Formats: sequence, structure tokens, C-alpha cells
Amino acid sequence: MKETLTSSLQSKKLLKPHRYMKQMTLWIGLAFVGMCSIAGLVAPIIAPFSPNEMNLLDQLQDPSINHLFGTDEFGRDIFSRVLYALRLDLWVVAVITLVPLLVGLLIGASAGFFGGKIDTLTTRAIDVFMAFPLMVLVIAVIAITGPGLMGVFIGVLSVGWVMYAQITRSEMLVLRNQQFVMAAQALGYSSSRTLFRHALPNLWRSNVVFSSSDAVLNLLLLSGLSYLGLGVQAPSAELGSMVAGGQQYLVQAWWVATLPGLVILLLGIGFSMVGDGIADRLSL
Amino acid sequence: MGKFIFSRAINSILSLFAVVFVAFLVIRLIPGDPVMQMLGIHATPQTISEVRADLGLDQSIPKQLYGFVSRAMHGDFGTSIIKRVPVSSIIETRLFASLKLVLFSILISLLLSLPLGIISAIWQNRFPDHLVRLGTMVTFAMPSFWLGLMLIMLFSLKLKIFPIGGYGGNFFENIYKLILPAVTIALYLAPQLTRALRSSLIETMHSGYIEATRARGFSEWSIVSRYAMKNSLVPLISILSINVGFLFSGTVVVESVFQVPGLGALLVQSVLTRDFPVIQGLVVVFGVLVILTNIISDIAIASIDPRVRSPRAA
Repeated sequence: MKETLTSSLQSKKLLKPHRYMKQMTLWIGLAFVGMCSIAGLVAPIIAPFSPNEMNLLDQLQDPSINHLFGTDEFGRDIFSRVLYALRLDLWVVAVITLVPLLVGLLIGASAGFFGGKIDTLTTRAIDVFMAFPLMVLVIAVIAITGPGLMGVFIGVLSVGWVMYAQITRSEMLVLRNQQFVMAAQALGYSSSRTLFRHALPNLWRSNVVFSSSDAVLNLLLLSGLSYLGLGVQAPSAELGSMVAGGQQYLVQAWWVATLPGLVILLLGIGFSMVGDGIADRLSL
Repeated sequence: MGKFIFSRAINSILSLFAVVFVAFLVIRLIPGDPVMQMLGIHATPQTISEVRADLGLDQSIPKQLYGFVSRAMHGDFGTSIIKRVPVSSIIETRLFASLKLVLFSILISLLLSLPLGIISAIWQNRFPDHLVRLGTMVTFAMPSFWLGLMLIMLFSLKLKIFPIGGYGGNFFENIYKLILPAVTIALYLAPQLTRALRSSLIETMHSGYIEATRARGFSEWSIVSRYAMKNSLVPLISILSINVGFLFSGTVVVESVFQVPGLGALLVQSVLTRDFPVIQGLVVVFGVLVILTNIISDIAIASIDPRVRSPRAA
């Protein structure tokens, strides 16, 4: 029976023949993200220059052996700044992706599991938050707190959980009626034990897959806000603000804006590939 | 259908109130004295009391809320602190630039994603599909401000085909000057539409009624264009409506890169100059735009797919 099913699926091209290629996607993605994370972690050791060290004699130097990514308008070494920027960007992205993941998972799971008033309240809250463009809301928070990372954290953390809660809630609604959950309830386990030990382990998959594209969006949001002057403030090295700094030198020094942007792109592609790879491994 | 639209509109009213409430909070949550924060330490006591009265801050909180909601419903958000003109008139002059940009971006993304999605689905897991998926992955991860600058570098500074930025005086100038900004936003949206169209087309192409048309000897192309497309449009529209929020977020960045005088660029300027009445107005307008587009897309989906408007689903 299984064989007939497999062959009929294969004939319909539903089974993906490119298993190895998919595995490669995951590994290449992990390599990109891993490389950037390690580079950020060991930035103080491997950076050839201090990120904020100005050298007015070395303004806007071409990329060379001495300065791999060239120098900016203050003569600062762009490669060293990129390493420090990776350090900053990666930990901020990790916080604004993982905290909403956990919060959303808990809220969504509780809403789906308990139903009733908790569920109605959660669904209403989700509807309301979905009505806002995330960036506009974060900028409104930044207007209150003043430009800087504080506003980014408060803004994203207060809205970021919504998508995770929505995904988890709808999965929980299905899971609630599965036999193993009903069995746990019939055995007299407490709600929290049923929820945390039996239901939750089945809910993390799609959330993890979503979190990797959420990480891309958060990286773009953080660098975008810093580009606009609303996120990370000078002189801290941040990839988006480095692009903004190089904007006026596009003609005479293309590398100042281009190379930090390329690093964002590389990291973003890495996150996307990890997400695609995991999705395929879990056969979602 | 009328009933469906009505119930959908009722649902949105709650979201609308929430949007107005968040805008109300923007000023009230500023630590310290908001008026002093806005005007700086050199403001005269007379200006301070004028602005305080204009924002309604001299009344009790419930009165402030009532006043704010009722004025917001009439489109009155007070006076801009920097420009000294009504916020509504500033927003009005800038609304159309943003709307044109968003609509133009949607049009370009559809022009890109319809053929790409179809190609990807027909040649599933073969070379064209891999190429399309690689391309969409790359453009999705591109920071729009960086992509914008790269397009400026190539098309404006090197090839001198398009202007660096701006908006222009008449409709044709608008369209010409908005091409690069719209492409920048479209290259973010198109990957998601392409992926949605690809997966829904693949699903549809395996369904019974498509197998039946295939058995009758129709060509793949006519199967897709005449039978499969209509069923695959629904996920495309819902992906589009989910992304409307991101689209407006995109305008915030892209308008600043290309100096388009739209709502997004206005929001950034207002935050930097601490012009809070304008920020409040913009929060409401952006929220309303997203709510409206969601209603329109729900109606569009319901008119394509009758199952959606059945009482159980509604």
C-alpha cells in the first residue's frame, strides 16, 4: 500500500526529487548565518582597526589589502565597522525575533487550548494589531522614546508576537481535538501539563520556519530604521546607518554604501535559506 | 454579498477605534511634559499654553479621548507645530503621491510575478523554477534602501535614464519619476506573490478537474490560463492584502531614499522634528489605509470564490 502511494505521489511529482539540493539549501544558509555570527562574535579579535578610529588622511580609500572594504568619509576602516555592525545587528535581530516567538507561542497556544473568553480576546487583539503597518507603529513608538534602540525594542516586542500567536492558535485548534491531547485530558493531567508537555512540542515547527523569514524582515526593519536615522545612533557601527553614510559618496566612493548593504543581503539570504531548508526537512 | 460586506465593515470598526486610540496614546505616553518636549526650552509660556490647548492637553483624560476621537472622525488632527498649518491639509497634499507609488508598485509586482509564478509552476523543480526561486530569494532579502541606491547608481548616475528622485508636476512626470521607487518596492513584493502563485498553481494543477482537461488534450498553457489561474488568484489576493502593511512600511523607507513627497517621508521628517500632531494624523491615516485595503481584498476574494461569502465562513 505504501509503495503504491509513493509511486503515485512520485508520478504526480509531489515527492520532491531534489532532496540533496534542499539539504544543500539548509547547509549553505547555515554557513552564511554561521559565518556572519562568528565574524560578529570575534570582531574585537579579528578587526584590523577600531570601528570608530578616524584617520582623516585616509578618507574614502579604495578597497585594498590594507582596508579590505575601503574607508569611509572619516577614514574609518569599513571592514572593521562591518564586523562590529554584524555583532550589533545579530544580537538585536535575535532578541526581536526570539522573544516574540516565545510570547506568541504561549499566547496562541493558550488561546487555542482554552478557547472561550481568552480566545476571543486574543483574536480581537490580533485583528487590531494586524491593522498597523509594523514600521509605522515602531516609528510611532520611536517618536515617544526618541531615536535609538529602545524604541525599536519596545515597538517590535509589542507587536511582533501577533503573527506567531496567529499561527500557533490555528494549529492548536486542530491539535486540541487530536486523540493524544484528549487522552492526556482523560487521564486527568492538569491543563498546564497537557499544554506544555503534550501539545506545545507539536507546535514549534511552523513557528521556527516563520521565525527565519521574520528574522529577515527584522534585519531589514532594524537596518531600515537606522538608515533613516531613527534606529542605532552614530557613531555606533550599524549596517543600515553605514549605507546612509555612504549615500552622498555614491559617485566617487561606491564601496562606502554598497559593501555594508551587500552584507545585509548575504545575511538575509542566509536566513531565508535556513528557513526553506528547515521547512523542507520538516516537510511542511 | 451585501450582508457579507456589511459584516466585514462592522468588524473593521473595532480596528478603526484601536488605530485612533493608539494615535491618541502617542502624545500622552511621552515621558515628562509633551509640550515642552515638542517646543524645546526656548518656547514662550504663551506658545506653550496655545499648543497645550490645541492638543487638548489642558482637559481631563476622558475628555481628551472623547475630543480626540470625535475630531479624528472628522479628519481634524490639529495644527502642525513646525509648519503651522492644519495637519489634515498637509496629509492631503501628500496622500496621492504615496497612493500612486503603492498602486504602481503593485502593478509592477503583478507584471513580474504572474509570468514568473506560472513559469515556476509549469516547470516545477526544473531549471526555470530553480532560477525563479533563487531570484525571488535574493530580491526578498534585499534591503530596499540599499536596492534604491543601487538603482540610482546604475540608472540615474551611470546610464542617466531615470531621475535621482522627486515627484514632478503632472501625471506623466509623476509616473516617470516614480518608476525607480516603484520597482524598488515591487522587487520586495513580487517574490512573495510569485511564491504564493507557484504553490497554489502547483496544488491546483494536481486537482481532478485539471487532470480531466489534460486528458482531453488541452495544452498546458491553455489549462493554466483558462482553468487553473482563476482558482489560484485567491491566495494571490490574500498574500497581497497581508502585505499591504509592509507595502506602506516600504514607502516610509523608499520615499526617503528617492525624496518622494509622500506620507512615509513625512512621517520620518515629523519624528525627527518632533512634530507630534502630524505623527498622530499619519498613524490614523496609515491604519485606515490598511483597514480599507483589507476590506477591498476580502470583497474581491468573496466575489471570486463564492464559498467565502457563505454565512458559515463569514
